[in-house]
Order: sequence, then structure tokens, then C-alpha cells
Amino acid sequence: MIEFLSGLGRSGLHWLAVLGRASTFLFRVLLAQDAVVRRFRLTLAEIYSVGVRSMLIIMVSGLFVGMVLGYQGYITLVNFGAAEALGGVVALSLVRELGPVVTALLFAGRAGSALTAEIGLMKTTEQLSAMEMMAVDPYRRVFAPRFFAGFLSMPLLAALFSAVGVMGGYIVGVGLLGVDSGSYFSQMQAVTDWREDVMSGVIKSIVFGFVVTWIAVFQGVDAEPTSEGISRATTQTVVVSALAVLGLDFILTGLMFGDM
Amino acid sequence: MSKDPVSQTPHVVLEDLVFRRGRKLIFDGLSLTVPRGRVTTVMGPSGTGKTTLLRLIGGQLRPDSGRIWVDGEEVARLSNRRLYALRKRMGMLFQTGALLTDMNVFENVAFPLREHTRLPEELIRNLVLMKLEAVGLRGASDLSPAQLSGGMARRVALARAIALDPDMILYDEPFAGLDPITMGQIVTLIQRTNKTLGLTSVLVTHDVVEAMAISDHVVLIAEGRVMDSGTAEEVRAGASEWSQQFLGGHPDGPVPFHYPGSSYRDDLLNEAGRDRD
Repeated sequence: MIEFLSGLGRSGLHWLAVLGRASTFLFRVLLAQDAVVRRFRLTLAEIYSVGVRSMLIIMVSGLFVGMVLGYQGYITLVNFGAAEALGGVVALSLVRELGPVVTALLFAGRAGSALTAEIGLMKTTEQLSAMEMMAVDPYRRVFAPRFFAGFLSMPLLAALFSAVGVMGGYIVGVGLLGVDSGSYFSQMQAVTDWREDVMSGVIKSIVFGFVVTWIAVFQGVDAEPTSEGISRATTQTVVVSALAVLGLDFILTGLMFGDM
Repeated sequence: MSKDPVSQTPHVVLEDLVFRRGRKLIFDGLSLTVPRGRVTTVMGPSGTGKTTLLRLIGGQLRPDSGRIWVDGEEVARLSNRRLYALRKRMGMLFQTGALLTDMNVFENVAFPLREHTRLPEELIRNLVLMKLEAVGLRGASDLSPAQLSGGMARRVALARAIALDPDMILYDEPFAGLDPITMGQIVTLIQRTNKTLGLTSVLVTHDVVEAMAISDHVVLIAEGRVMDSGTAEEVRAGASEWSQQFLGGHPDGPVPFHYPGSSYRDDLLNEAGRDRD
């Protein structure tokens, strides 16, 4: 029993220490954000690597998720004679929930793990130390542009996911199952509220982008400088990001739509 | 402070340095000086904190107590801005080279110039080619770091370290794991850069023969403090028992061959006793 309690305490202290280091790191990265503007070419290169190169996986996933939503929505709605409402169901599901959440999970797996591995490897091969010794601040040169790129790319990718998803729902609903094209879009327009639905999705994706990029970059910096350490850090990025996204999604949904 | 290459003022002074890593005491009141414009070698067994010493001098680590002066400035008390200004005047050669893997050889050498100067591209190109020529790798300027051997990577890193014409270069294990030809090239380069550029060079290594051959000043450290120091001849002649063992590479002596443990006899008998039960 004592062993269990002391184990619990140790793990609690360990996570507190990690949280402390992560917060200090975040603070320093935020202080270095002026480098994002001053070194805009670097930031642009990172936006390409983190955002543009994630587009394909996001679009393909969005298409399939939208198509599945079209099918499932139709099967349920047709029982109530409300198949025309399909557009609204697909759009609301995507914009409010699936867009930000699934994009964040895919983003953590595609871009987050790559960020962690890249920075972890730079640490292991002493590239970060070498930069410091050349009087180049890695916070400005390496971390700040990557952090900003992830933070900016995530909401854009989530928007792309939702847009492609709506088209996926259209292909199945209108193209295959015979829902009227006009009602698909007019229903969508009627039930989707700009402030309540679209903005809540945008806020969610901004928060997820911030958290996932923070976790990914921090895990790279905090990785033990061995190949095993990098592999562990990469896994941690995906696992911790996924848990953080799902947990935060619940909290944010509660705050935005409930009376919490 | 005088910029005379071989002036009397030491370039680096370490005074009563205490440094702990976790609970392990790495330096226990270490004091040493590095003369300006000379080659100083710090030698000691693996794990004595030689690399840590370079990181302390470069301000990447802070001592628990004691002082470190580099070029008259106390490193641990400098603001970030002044520390970075000081680092522009020192180069460091990492054991692995630590080249930036997303850039080719040319861009690696150009990196400090691009970061710290606003020189026109033409001038940067000429400077980089001159530095690469000095280390004999001008022809390799288009290669990526992955295409270089260990020795070549270290030479490129040396070209990068001298790109900003520093006053001092710190070499971390420059001879580790090199074949005799590459070793010879690195030894020659260290001597040549020291003489032609009038730099202060600090080497940490455990390669006794090469280090003794090129050093003006030798410091032996072990167990967190200085065991012996002086010119190579002085250290060889007046060496303590420990230094004799280290310099001669004797397997047993003040540093025992056996890791401390309980009595061998007891251990064997106890084991036999356990087996019989």
C-alpha cells in the first residue's frame, strides 16, 4: 500500500516537474515570437513543412469522414422522412466537432511527431548546443518559427477538413443517395450559425493547434538525447496530444454549448 | 584588455569551481588558467567532466559556486545579450561536428556569417570558400553532412568555428575515433589555426600522445580537481603517481583496475554456500 502511494507520489511529482518545464519553455517561446516576423522566411518554410505537407492526409481523411457522415446521416434521417436535412447534419457535425478534433488528431500524428523527432534529433546530435555556442538562440531560430507555423496551420487545416468533408457528404448524399442538391446546401445554410457553430469550431481548432504544437515542440526539446529517448518522445507527443485534444474538446464544448 | 595574441593576461580563469550534476559532484573546487594565444589541453579519464568544463566556459552551464572569467568577463553573471556577444568571440568544435543536417557544407560554414553579419552574398561566398580551403574541403562544399566521414565533418565544423574569426576555440575530444591520417590532419589544423590566427585553443581529450605533442600548457584533471598542470615536459617530469598512471596508460595504480566491491573470496564462498542450500 505504502509502495503504491509512494509510486503515485513519484509519478505525480514527475508530471508536475514536466508541466513546470513545459510552462517555462512555452513562456520563452512566446517571448521569442518577434522572430516569427523578423525571420519570416524561416516561418514560411516551417508553415510549408508543417501545414502544406499535411494537406493531403487532411483532405483525404476529410473526404472519407464526410462520405461516412453522408451515409450514416441519410440512413437515420430517411426513417423520419427528413433526408433533406442531411446537409445541415453533415455540416454541423464537421464544423462543430469532427473538423477540429479529427484534424488535431491527424495533425498530432503527421506534423506533431515529425516536429518532435526533428527537434529531438537536433538535440541528440548537439545541433542545438552548437547553435547556442555560435550565439544563435534556438528559441528564435528553431522553436518560435515551428511553434507559430503549427499554431497557424491547425485552424486552416481544420477548415479545409470541414470543407472537403461537406463535399464528401454531398457526393454520397446527393450523388449516390438522391438527396436534392438545393436542399442539401440550403439546409446547411439554414442550420449553421456563424457565431455559434463556425466560430466555436475555429476557437477549438486554434486551442488544439496551440496545445498540440506546444506538446510536440516541447517533447522534442525535453527528449532524452538517445535514439530510444527520441522514439519515446515521439510516442508521447501523439499520446499526450490525443488525450489533451479529447479532454479539451469536452471542456470547450461544455463551455460553449452547455451551461457549465 | 589587451588583444596581444600571447599576452600575460590569461584568457580563461576558473576559480574554486564547484559543479554538481544531480547528486554527483563533478568539480570540487577546480581552479585553472588558460593562457592567451596558446594551446591548452585539459586531459583526464572518461567521465571526469571534461566536456562539462567546456560547457561551463561557454556559459551553457552555470557553476554551483566558484567563478569563471573569459576575456575578463564573469560568464555566469552575464546577461543573455552579453553572453551571446562573448560567444561570438569563441568557437566550439563539438566531438561529432554538430553540423546542421538540413544544410550542405557551404551553408553550414556560412551559417554564423548569415546570422551575425549583413555581408553581401558575394563576400560571404568568398569568406566561406577561404575557410573551407583552410581546412582542405573547398571541393566538398556541395556535399550534405550525411555524405561526410567523421574526420571531414570535424574539419567542416572547424571551418564553421573560425568563420567569425574568434579569439578562442574550444575543442571537445577532437581526436576521438579518427584514423591515423585524419588524426594527423586534425592535429595539423589545430596547430596551424593556433599559429596563423593567434588563437587561444582549449582542447579536452584523453589522447595523451597527440595532445602532449601540440600543447603549450597541459592540465590533468580527475576526481573533480586538478591533479597536475604545466608544460608537457613539466607534467611528464614531475608527475604524481596518478599522473604517471594516466600518462603511461597503466591498467592498475591509484586508479584501481577493479571497481570497488566486497571481498572476492567472501563473494565466491557466499555464492557457493547459497548454491548448496
